[in-house]
Amino acid sequence: MPMSHNHRNSPLAMPKLTIEELRKEREKARKGIYLREGEFRGKIIVHMGTCGIAAGARGIVSTFLEEVEKRAVKDIAVTTSGCAGLCSREPMATVELVDTPPVKYGDLTPEKTRKIFAEHVLGGTIVADYAIGVGSEKGG
Amino acid sequence: MATRRIELMLCAGTGCVAGGAFRIKEALDSEISRHGLQDEVIVVPTGCNGFCGQGPLLVVEPEKIFYSWLKEEDIPFLVQEHFLKGRPVKKLMFTPTERKEPIPLLGEIPFFKKQMLLVLRNKGIIDPEQISDYLARDGYVAVEKVLTSMSPEQVIGEIITSGLRGRGGAGFPTGVKWKICRSQERTPKYIICNCDEGDPGAYMDRSVFESDPHSVIEGLTIAAYAIGAARGYIYVRSEYPLAIRRIQIAVQQARDYGLLGENILDSGFSFDVEIREGSGAFVCGEETSLIHSIEGLSPEPRQRPPFPVQSGLWGQPTVINNVETLANVPVIISRGADWYSRIGTETSKGTKIFSLVGKINNTGLIEVPMGVTLREIVYEIGGGIPGNRAFKAVQTGGPSGGCIPASLMDVPIDYESLLQAGSMMGSGGMIVMDEDTCMVDVSKFYLQFTNDESCGKCSTCRDGSEALLEVLTRITDGHGREGDIEFMEELGHAIKDASMCGLGTTLPNPVLSTITYFRDEYEAHIKEKRCPAKACKELTSYFIDPEKCQACLICMRECPAESIYGEKNVIHVIDQVKCTKCGSCFDVCPERFAAVVKISGEPVPFVEKGRLIARKRKQAEGVA
Repeated sequence: MPMSHNHRNSPLAMPKLTIEELRKEREKARKGIYLREGEFRGKIIVHMGTCGIAAGARGIVSTFLEEVEKRAVKDIAVTTSGCAGLCSREPMATVELVDTPPVKYGDLTPEKTRKIFAEHVLGGTIVADYAIGVGSEKGG
Repeated sequence: MATRRIELMLCAGTGCVAGGAFRIKEALDSEISRHGLQDEVIVVPTGCNGFCGQGPLLVVEPEKIFYSWLKEEDIPFLVQEHFLKGRPVKKLMFTPTERKEPIPLLGEIPFFKKQMLLVLRNKGIIDPEQISDYLARDGYVAVEKVLTSMSPEQVIGEIITSGLRGRGGAGFPTGVKWKICRSQERTPKYIICNCDEGDPGAYMDRSVFESDPHSVIEGLTIAAYAIGAARGYIYVRSEYPLAIRRIQIAVQQARDYGLLGENILDSGFSFDVEIREGSGAFVCGEETSLIHSIEGLSPEPRQRPPFPVQSGLWGQPTVINNVETLANVPVIISRGADWYSRIGTETSKGTKIFSLVGKINNTGLIEVPMGVTLREIVYEIGGGIPGNRAFKAVQTGGPSGGCIPASLMDVPIDYESLLQAGSMMGSGGMIVMDEDTCMVDVSKFYLQFTNDESCGKCSTCRDGSEALLEVLTRITDGHGREGDIEFMEELGHAIKDASMCGLGTTLPNPVLSTITYFRDEYEAHIKEKRCPAKACKELTSYFIDPEKCQACLICMRECPAESIYGEKNVIHVIDQVKCTKCGSCFDVCPERFAAVVKISGEPVPFVEKGRLIARKRKQAEGVA
């Protein structure tokens, strides 16, 4: 069945989307997939062993994620890992920025977490008051 | 929307869906919410990941940890260990056959490492049912560029410069096709996307539709703008329900965004598409048959010229491009023809998607630059042949192609080199064969296919395929005659010369190319009644080696024809008259005994029934 081939001579319809609107849509969409694009300046690892979870590590993860979203940070990944072996200092987190040694923080609270995010993750200055150690443990 | 920290890119291509991907999604969703992680961890169904042999599979973002062979019962453990506690689960990771330790990261798995993704640039990264995911990956940037800053002639010039050639098989320069169509004075003109992928074992086009349908719509829109068409058709076979659903969703979303329809992006250019489902006749992949099918006529080819670019759909100038060809277009426009033309060989630019199947460790869909060698594909990406058996040949180009023998393994693959080797690029099916594959039997398989699929219009194709099939069947049945090979060669060339469409002119290729490279196999079948690969049933017998049989009773119990005699401590003997050659005994005989062997071209040795076994090990140890 052939389609009707009548070409309209009437003025063009209003476009549903202009170029500017398309570009805006694209920018908005980019936020939705930044995790998959894979170029991260650093990552925050929250230790989520049983000890960490019991001490409130879940809340620390949420706080970091809130900060990431609030400040629209796209190059920091928030991940979790197992117990760091220093259970009395949980909740703990490790901040690993590219080309710098990882820093472990302990006895975290949401306030401390926000301060670490602002000063260390974004500002690049280690929050010495909360830091437990710098660098990785040596493998045996 | 709360910020997510983990995205689970769950493959939802046809292969993984058949393996239970949607059930795994349900299990993941329910476990994730059981742990209260639903805001932090989300599941994103994607199109085909490509590593189909490992499905159902999952890639964890942002680390890109690759999990394979997932089962529903693995999910609670996986969610708790990895997504809650951050301890990746080793036992669900991919372990190549030659290694003991798994490879956690996608980017470090050899199968993915050697690939170059242009057409499949978004596979596994976007949800194909969300236009926003496509937009986020620079989707419709090429359309934007074309409609705001390029004339149709400039678009055509860019595609010609890029060196893009048709990916459906014949390799005609895409830009030239567009140019000829543009120069036609008659209007309206049409653009058709050919997704009638009929080669057995090939699923490139289906995967592009399933993983990134908008890239095809974007390519179609650009092609329509270049040739001056206001209407396009997407022709897809109805055997591809998932691909159809995704392209339908994508077309609707593009319309909702005004990326299809009237006055696209306020440029004054209007274009829309219609999806047509074909019923899956192989001949519909041929462009004139495809046009007839869209017109509602019986899908039979017609004589060319006139070519469809001059007189196609309803007699109007029409361009038909393959799915993969169109999906290349946005990449070329966005990144530039010069950049694109630096990839590939002198005559063949860009990349090619192949479906790698058959006797190969890593089965799946791969995209590689033109000019890659078969050795790289088979041994590096494909991970070699299972059981370390010898590589014999690769069948490329489906029923229209031929077999490339191991001796040509280091030839760079492009349109010309494959033609020279007696095969063709075809749409990109690649079936790997090892020493257990009989080349005569393979030819027979393809001839059965083309004989079935011949539309019957040309007698050379209709009756020629029948005659070839008859001879091949006779040879594999052990009744081959002197002169059969020469007859098939002569007939093959006649069919090539006298048939009208691509189906007929290429159907003798599987026979002719195997005669060229494996003539000795044909001769062994005909003269010695021997199948060197021991694959042809009529020429092969199963035999239990009395020196090796340990009278374990396993093959006796398994034999469906009850043709094996023996008992405990009495060696087993196959009754050759009753044996149906199903091969069960060969499969079940424990590897450490390996007593069942295949014999071809020689008489089966006589073994007296009731002979007692000799337990070698115990005798040697002196324990009677």
